[in-house]
This record gives sequence, structure tokens and C-alpha cells, in this order.
Amino acid sequence: MAIRELTLAHAGERDLSKLAEYQAIGGYKALAKARKMKPEAVVEQLLASNLRGRGGAGFPMGRKASFLAKGTGKPTYLCVNADESEPGTFKDREIMLLNPHRLIEGCLVTAHAIESQNVFIYLRGEYLDVFEVMRRALEDARKAGLMGDVTIVLHRGAGAYICGEESALLESLEGKRGQPRPRPPFPAVSGLYGSPTLINNVQTIATVPVIVEKGGEWYAKIGPEPSPGTVVFSLSGNVERPGNYELLLGSGLRELIYDLGGGIPDGRELKAIIPGGSSTTVMTPDQLDTDLDFNSVAEAGSQLGAAAVIVIDDRACMVQLALRSTQFYMHESCGKCTPCREGTRWMVQLLQKLEDGRAEQSELDLLLSVCDRVLGKCLCALGDFAAGPVVEYVRNFRDEFQRHIDEGGCPFGGESSLEGTFAPVDQHTHAPVAEVPA
Amino acid sequence: MNLDAIAAIATEYPERQSAILPALRLAQEEHGGWLPPEAIREVADALDLAPAQVEAVASFYDMLHLAPVGKHMVEVCTNLSCALVGAQQVLQAFEEQLGVAPGETSEDGRFTLRAIECAGGCGRAVVVVVDERYREPVRPEDVPGIVEELKRGD
Ligand SMILES: Cc1cc2nc3c(=O)[nH]c(=O)nc-3n(C[C@H](O)[C@H](O)[C@H](O)COP(=O)(O)O)c2cc1C
Ligand code: SF4
Ligand code: FES
Repeated sequence: MAIRELTLAHAGERDLSKLAEYQAIGGYKALAKARKMKPEAVVEQLLASNLRGRGGAGFPMGRKASFLAKGTGKPTYLCVNADESEPGTFKDREIMLLNPHRLIEGCLVTAHAIESQNVFIYLRGEYLDVFEVMRRALEDARKAGLMGDVTIVLHRGAGAYICGEESALLESLEGKRGQPRPRPPFPAVSGLYGSPTLINNVQTIATVPVIVEKGGEWYAKIGPEPSPGTVVFSLSGNVERPGNYELLLGSGLRELIYDLGGGIPDGRELKAIIPGGSSTTVMTPDQLDTDLDFNSVAEAGSQLGAAAVIVIDDRACMVQLALRSTQFYMHESCGKCTPCREGTRWMVQLLQKLEDGRAEQSELDLLLSVCDRVLGKCLCALGDFAAGPVVEYVRNFRDEFQRHIDEGGCPFGGESSLEGTFAPVDQHTHAPVAEVPA
Repeated sequence: MNLDAIAAIATEYPERQSAILPALRLAQEEHGGWLPPEAIREVADALDLAPAQVEAVASFYDMLHLAPVGKHMVEVCTNLSCALVGAQQVLQAFEEQLGVAPGETSEDGRFTLRAIECAGGCGRAVVVVVDERYREPVRPEDVPGIVEELKRGD
């Protein structure tokens, strides 16, 4: 399997956070090239590249850029989603730490393409190290006269997963509670301060320079046709060599875990794989031959999401895993709509009962019925992120769930790797709600 | 409270309300790591907004604290990737060394211990964040040394 570094090219050998080093590898040449092109011509290249968004949904970036409302008399904004908080993901942090100028160059090229003078990078609040690196890089780019008429504001979040959802991000950036907006209108028409706004993930924007440099057609030809290019895969969990690996889309799941990742430590068995962050649905070892691209993972019944592969070995109790994961979504729920706010809480209570061995048979069905009432019925995708995986944990590990009922307790008898997992439930104040009878 | 700094931040945005988060962060730093009611009022005054509006925002975000916190904040990620490789044992080691439960502050006001959600360092699990600085990876046996270092630095 080929490691193919575009976003992270040379980041292993050189300190690319230094402007001179970045320029030494051809940095900011794409910007110079783009600025000689008409904005529409740059958008054409993005369309031709078929670059799909790297933030989770995989929407073609060029198309999103071409949807932006024109002639509104309002400014057009570019917002970079650097709020990375999906459990299992740590790629944007590494891209920004190792190659901040690639992101800045991507911002400036994209700003030119969509004729925007105002870029906001919404940076996850906890990423202090990234903030320092990005601030320095921005200062250097400014001093070197690279910004033209564009300003880039580095805006720090303050701890809320939901602010990674694009409309919540806009609310937060406007100085409000980070709660998603109903759509339509979509951000391309009415986004930040009611103006046309393009929102893209860090990695998406950081991929733009290479597309301009080598051409959209070139990019469209590397990797599988429906989703070309490279992705930085974040590999974590029970694996020998966790870390970020930039690979061509369409690389094999087995190769990632076993060849690059070195397999499962301590002679344990692989039990389950979460392919795209904890909001994506679980896969099983018999699916190891799945190719890692948007369509292949979807055909296997899951989602590539943010390409965060979490490896789970046979020591983990899947009820505990489902519980811990759902606890996250419960308290990251912004509380705006009822199925998500109450449903996630109810799911947690039922999973806790199952884990404790207090659940009755009917409550396993009830759990699935609650999931069903959340799926597709919420204002933003967080509801689905919570419920979708639970349905699949139950479907793929039904026997294990059943044993919790039959044996009146956890069959792992305190030996699960996740025994005693502690969720920071009571520290969050997003969604003050009453107890739900379970 | 540094009104000039807040005014300068506000000029970066088309609308001044956008400066609430950076302003609250600044206010929190100046008020010993949390936001007492007067800090909320100061931010509201500086940005010409209602205090209730500022408090509504402050109460939404995990990194903004509306109650006092310890001089040092020790946070242990307990989400999936960290939990799979022993976050529970790391958290427990901190509980023992600091003598506080997660979510609590030690009686002498020196340490607040928190469990947190995925910190974005899953490839170097278990991730511990001490006063906003990431330590990764941390094993249970590293914990006494970290606590010792913090106590010595005070
Ligand atoms: C609950 C939730 C959290 C999200 N978090 C992030 C995030 O942290 N980073 C990100 O890029 N996209 C995140 N997204 C996806 C964004 O809404 C949006 O689709 C993305 O930023 C678009 O960029 P892209 O097209 O370049 O992928 C999240 C979506 C939801 C529903
Ligand atoms: S689905 Fe959940 S997070 Fe999304 S708007 Fe509704 S309550 Fe908020
Ligand atoms: S799960 Fe701990 S840093 Fe991601």
C-alpha cells in the first residue's frame, strides 16, 4: 500500500512551519499561479478535481463553491472548519501543526476562487499548540506580503463538539450559543452574518494548492474515480503503531491496520473496527478487505466519515463501548431538538441498565425503538451520529447484548478493557433536561 | 479588565458580538481561571451587550467556567481511543495522587481534576491535558511524576 503524501508532503523531513522551508518545497507557488487565473477558472479546476470534502460528509468541494450566491451586494466569506472533535480524529491538528502554510495557502487560493476577502479559521478551543503555530505562520505570511487584500482571522472555539457542525459553527462565530440552524437557507446563500459563505474542512482546504498546481484533471486521476486523492487516516485504539497515515483513497483497511499499523498488540484478536470516527457504524473483521474510499465503505454498510479508524480488540465489551460512545453524544447534544436531546439521554440510560444487568428483554427492543425515533428526525446530523452506531452495535454484537440480559450482568466480569470508563457527563451545560423515565 | 484588548479583538470582526468568545477567554484568564459575575458584566460592558446574553454564551462552552477552578487543571481524555488503552487507570492514578474525584477541586484549591472528551490526540493515547498543554501519551506510572512536577512548580 502506498503512502502518498500531498497534504503532508515533506512534513516528515523538514520544519514546514517555517515559511522559508515551505517556500523551499514550492510553497505559495500555487497561490501565485491562482492569482494569475480568473476566479472562475480556479473553481473550474476544483470541479474537475472531484475533490470531496474531508470533514465527514464527502460533498464535492467545487460544487459547493459554485453554489455561492453571486451579486448579492454582500461580502462572501470563507470559513475553515478546524473544530476537529469527533472521537478518533486527529488529522487536522497534525496538518496544522506540521504544515500550517499549506492551510494558509489553501485559504488564500480558495478566497481568490470565490472572490472573498474575509477568511475565518474556526479552531478548536483546546488546540493551544495549533493556535500558537498557526498564529506565527499567519504573521510570517502577512510580513512576506502574501495575503494580498485578504484577512484571515484565527477564531478559537471554547469546547463544544457541536460547533463542528457547519451552521452551529456560524452561530458560534457570530458570538452565540453554538446551536445548528434550520436549513434552507444553506450557508452558500445565507451563512455568516447572513452572507454567502463557503465552509470547508481543514484538509479539504489544504488540498486545494496541489490541485491548482497540478491541475484538477491530474488530481481526479489519482485514486478511485468516485473519490480521488489522498486522505490522512487517523489510526488509533488497539493497534501496534497508531498515528496519522496519508494514503490514497481506496487503500485497503487490512493493509492500514496490519501493514502500516503493525496489527493488534499483545497477541489479541481483532474484534471490531470503527472506520470514520465514533459517529460511523461499526465494521467486523470479516470486512477487512474493504477499500477505504467513500463509496466502498458505504457499500460495506458504514461510512468513511472523517477517516478515523478505531481498532478494537477482543478485550472490549461492546455494551460498554456503545455506552461510552453514546454518553459523548448525549452531552454534546445542543438541546435544541427533542428527539436528539431526550433520545440520547434515554439511550444512555438503557445502555447503562443493560451493562449493569438490570435490563429486561423488552428494553433491548426499546433501545432500538428509541434509535428509530431519533434517526432522520433531528435538525442536524448529531442525532443520527448517536443513534446510527448504536443500532449497528446491537445488530453486529446481538449475542453479547443478549448475554448481559441473560446473565444479569456483564459477561466480561470486570475484565473488559473498558471496565470503569468514566464519562464527563455532569460537567456539560449544553442541554439541561429532566430525568427521562427508562 | 483589559478593555482596550477587547476593543482591539472586536475590530477583527464585522460585528462586535463575534468577539464574545475571545473576550470571555481573556476575562477568564484575568479572573483566576473562571468567570465570576463581574467578569460577565465587564465583557458585556466592553462589547455593549446585555450581561444575560454574555452569560448565555458562556454557559454553553466547556472551556468557560462559571464556578471557581483549581490553580492547575488536570484533564484526562476518557473517550474511546484512550479508554481502549487504559484511560481509566490513568484517571484513577490522578484521583489517588491528587486526592480528588473527577469534576472536583482539591480542598487547598490547587488542583481540579476532570475527565474530558476526545482531545484530538487519539494516536498518542492516553491524552492528558495539564493547564491547556497536552501530555501524550501518559501511562499510569507517569502520573506521580506529573503531580510531583506540578507541586514543585508552585
Ligand atoms: C455534529 C457534527 C460535528 C461535525 N464536526 C466537524 C468537525 O469537527 N470538522 C469538520 O470539518 N466537519 C465537521 N462536521 C461536518 C460539517 O458540518 C461540514 O459538513 C464540513 O465542515 C464541511 O466541510 P467539507 O465539505 O470540506 O468536508 C460536523 C458535522 C456534524 C453534524
Ligand atoms: S440534532 Fe441534537 S445537536 Fe443537532 S440541533 Fe438537534 S439537539 Fe442540537
Ligand atoms: S479518544 Fe482520547 S484523544 Fe481522542
